[in-house]
Amino acid sequence: MFFSAAEVAFVDAAVARLIPADALGPGAKEAGVTYFIDQQLFGGWGTMAKMYRQGPHAEGTPQQGYQSPLTPQEIFRVAIREINLQLGRPFEKLAPKEQDEALKNLEEGKLALESVPSRFFFNLLLESTIEGFFSDPIYGGNRDKAGWKLVGFPGVAAAYTTLVDKHGVPYNAEPVSIADLLEGRVAADEHGHPKHVMITRKD
Amino acid sequence: MATRLKPVDAVIVGVGLTGTILAKELAESGLQVVGLERGRWRDTDPDFGMPYAHDELRFVKRHALMQDLSRETITFRNSASETALPMRNLGSFRPGEGVGGAAVHWGGLTWRFLPWDFETRTRTLERYGKNQVAADCTMQDWGVTYDELEPHFDRFEHLYGISGKAGNIKGKIIPGGNPFEGPRSRDYATPPLKSSYAGTLFKAAAEKLGYKPFPAPSAALSRPYTNEYGATINACVYCGYCQFFGCEMGAKASPQTAVLPNLVKQKKFELRTHANVTKVNLDSAKKRAVSVSYVDSRGREFEQPADLVLLTSYVFNNVRLMLVSGIGKPYDPAAGSGVVGRNYAYQTPSSVTLFFEDRIFNQFMAAGGLGMVIDEFNGDNFDHSGLGFIGGGFFQAATSGARPIEVRPVPRGTPRWGAEWKAAVAKYFNRSFPITIQGACQSYRGNYLDLDPTYRDILGQPLLRMTFDRHENEHKMSVWLTNKAAEIAKAIGPSKMNVNPRTEKYTIVPYQSTHNTGGAVMGADPATSAVNKYLQSWDVPNVFVVGASAFPQNGGYNPTGTVGALTFQALDAIKTRYLKKPGALV
Repeated sequence: MFFSAAEVAFVDAAVARLIPADALGPGAKEAGVTYFIDQQLFGGWGTMAKMYRQGPHAEGTPQQGYQSPLTPQEIFRVAIREINLQLGRPFEKLAPKEQDEALKNLEEGKLALESVPSRFFFNLLLESTIEGFFSDPIYGGNRDKAGWKLVGFPGVAAAYTTLVDKHGVPYNAEPVSIADLLEGRVAADEHGHPKHVMITRKD
Repeated sequence: MATRLKPVDAVIVGVGLTGTILAKELAESGLQVVGLERGRWRDTDPDFGMPYAHDELRFVKRHALMQDLSRETITFRNSASETALPMRNLGSFRPGEGVGGAAVHWGGLTWRFLPWDFETRTRTLERYGKNQVAADCTMQDWGVTYDELEPHFDRFEHLYGISGKAGNIKGKIIPGGNPFEGPRSRDYATPPLKSSYAGTLFKAAAEKLGYKPFPAPSAALSRPYTNEYGATINACVYCGYCQFFGCEMGAKASPQTAVLPNLVKQKKFELRTHANVTKVNLDSAKKRAVSVSYVDSRGREFEQPADLVLLTSYVFNNVRLMLVSGIGKPYDPAAGSGVVGRNYAYQTPSSVTLFFEDRIFNQFMAAGGLGMVIDEFNGDNFDHSGLGFIGGGFFQAATSGARPIEVRPVPRGTPRWGAEWKAAVAKYFNRSFPITIQGACQSYRGNYLDLDPTYRDILGQPLLRMTFDRHENEHKMSVWLTNKAAEIAKAIGPSKMNVNPRTEKYTIVPYQSTHNTGGAVMGADPATSAVNKYLQSWDVPNVFVVGASAFPQNGGYNPTGTVGALTFQALDAIKTRYLKKPGALV
């Protein structure tokens, strides 16, 4: 794991504002997105395993994309510290409205950071939050398939040959994760596609 | 010190879509062939097996089947006045890595470019005069016609078993197909895929407006098919994990499903994976390739002598190897001279997203090439007089796979996060679909590929530098086409729609299309092309450079079908003429 306790508190609070828990269901925090981001930062993505890291580094134009000499790991670490310093207290101690304001300021570049463009950090945070909310639960986020249930996505697909031309008919399947198949919780057909179980879904 | 290996007849650099076909055919015709592939061995079993195959994070966001940029990337800038910086993460396009190349994770739309596309310059000047074309536009004829390529299109489509509906068989227009396509000698190998709900609604609306919709030609097959190499491609189950994924069913035509089962049995073919070719070595007169140098996974250096060198890797590596090896004169944009790196082009994709309040689309039941199309606004299928642009693109109600990390459209004006965003995603994930437009992209004097002066790959070689932006022609075209598509969208009756023409400065960040073209373009004139119509280097005739690197500009279609046709045309010329009398074919 990569995060410190203080960083976990920050990310928990931030992802809870990006995808809040509400009447529609759990939010990113409840779905384990902080844990997901922590795992991702600790692994290949967090250390730019498949990304080009050689210098020289320059900020470049927005069209040129990721140009920071820092890895995603390092970006989370410095950005969280610098944001909390600027706010004068830890982000998680702010009221939800103030948290939204701070996130908006980051998104719009108004809360400027020293080590990394604030918008760049915000986009990294938002992108990894969405990844954590909608990726297979084997990665630690999307707990209880909260993201998939929210949108009605079945996860691992069945063979849809006889369904693709049943037009306009809702397909409300209990979402299936890779682990469900590996651990035998869901039956599979001869090709390894899950046999989806239909559920009632409120729209 | 490099180990000098035993000479072979032919060496193939890059074992993907074009390399596998050439390797199989040449080995079978008796040549000793070595295939050098810098990536690893990959096959349906076990690499694309269930349940791991259905993992959006791994394959779409972490690029499991795609190029490892830590080893080699490109650098990019919008114009020569900027400093190019490395593409540190994959974004705008997603090249493959390993056996099968990008054809493992391709979406599978398999088109023939229009007869007009191959004669873009001549026909544009004939119909509209030179004022229709920007002064710095370097689009040109291909040096080959559709009629010459037709047998090769046919061979490729039947090798890959493509599913579709012919619209023109030997000049006879066939209802239900594309009436604008060039005449084909016979129907597709397999019938079209089933229609999705989105496709069916699009079809009805398009017909009402007087257009001629037809099912998209797809490499995810509608039924099992056994090809001329004895390989069987299975039937698609519409699982929706298609583009950016390997197919667990073996139902997507690819090198793995269509060619490798035969190729690996060829006694005269040897595959070497993790063999990263760094240079094509020329004789002292620079008129003949004598060998290629490569480095293996243990850092050992080898020199593989060969009589025939086929560069069959992705656009970028084909061009980089030419530049590094001194094959052909590098392009100089200031002087407008030289050819290698010239006429890099791309695609101009745009879309209209339709949102509904009460209709459910199940867009996750999909195939990469599942869609309903109209072609009225492609190429020169419509009158461009007074429009201020040339080219076009096909419109498609696309059901190519909705997976929520990447595909979660919301109506314009929705915040990017928070409760309102969450509610919109929940509502519209399954109540929306896109009409996508595969816009063409012309070539320009200032868009090119060369070697970067600063950045290097892990072997110390210069990275390829891309200088590219879309021009006014592309922006005007995109606005006009996207508005036309919005008329069809409106006729379908959504509650809201996002109309997304492509008018911004080109950015390498968001995914757009893995349809990079040019840099080693074909043509009839060695002053404006790097290879002749048979993809043979004008300067070093025992080198052939095969792929979309040969496109002088990009048409309003996915490129793979045309790449396949060019491959078979080159093969035919090599087998019937070159091997009998090695030397320049033109």
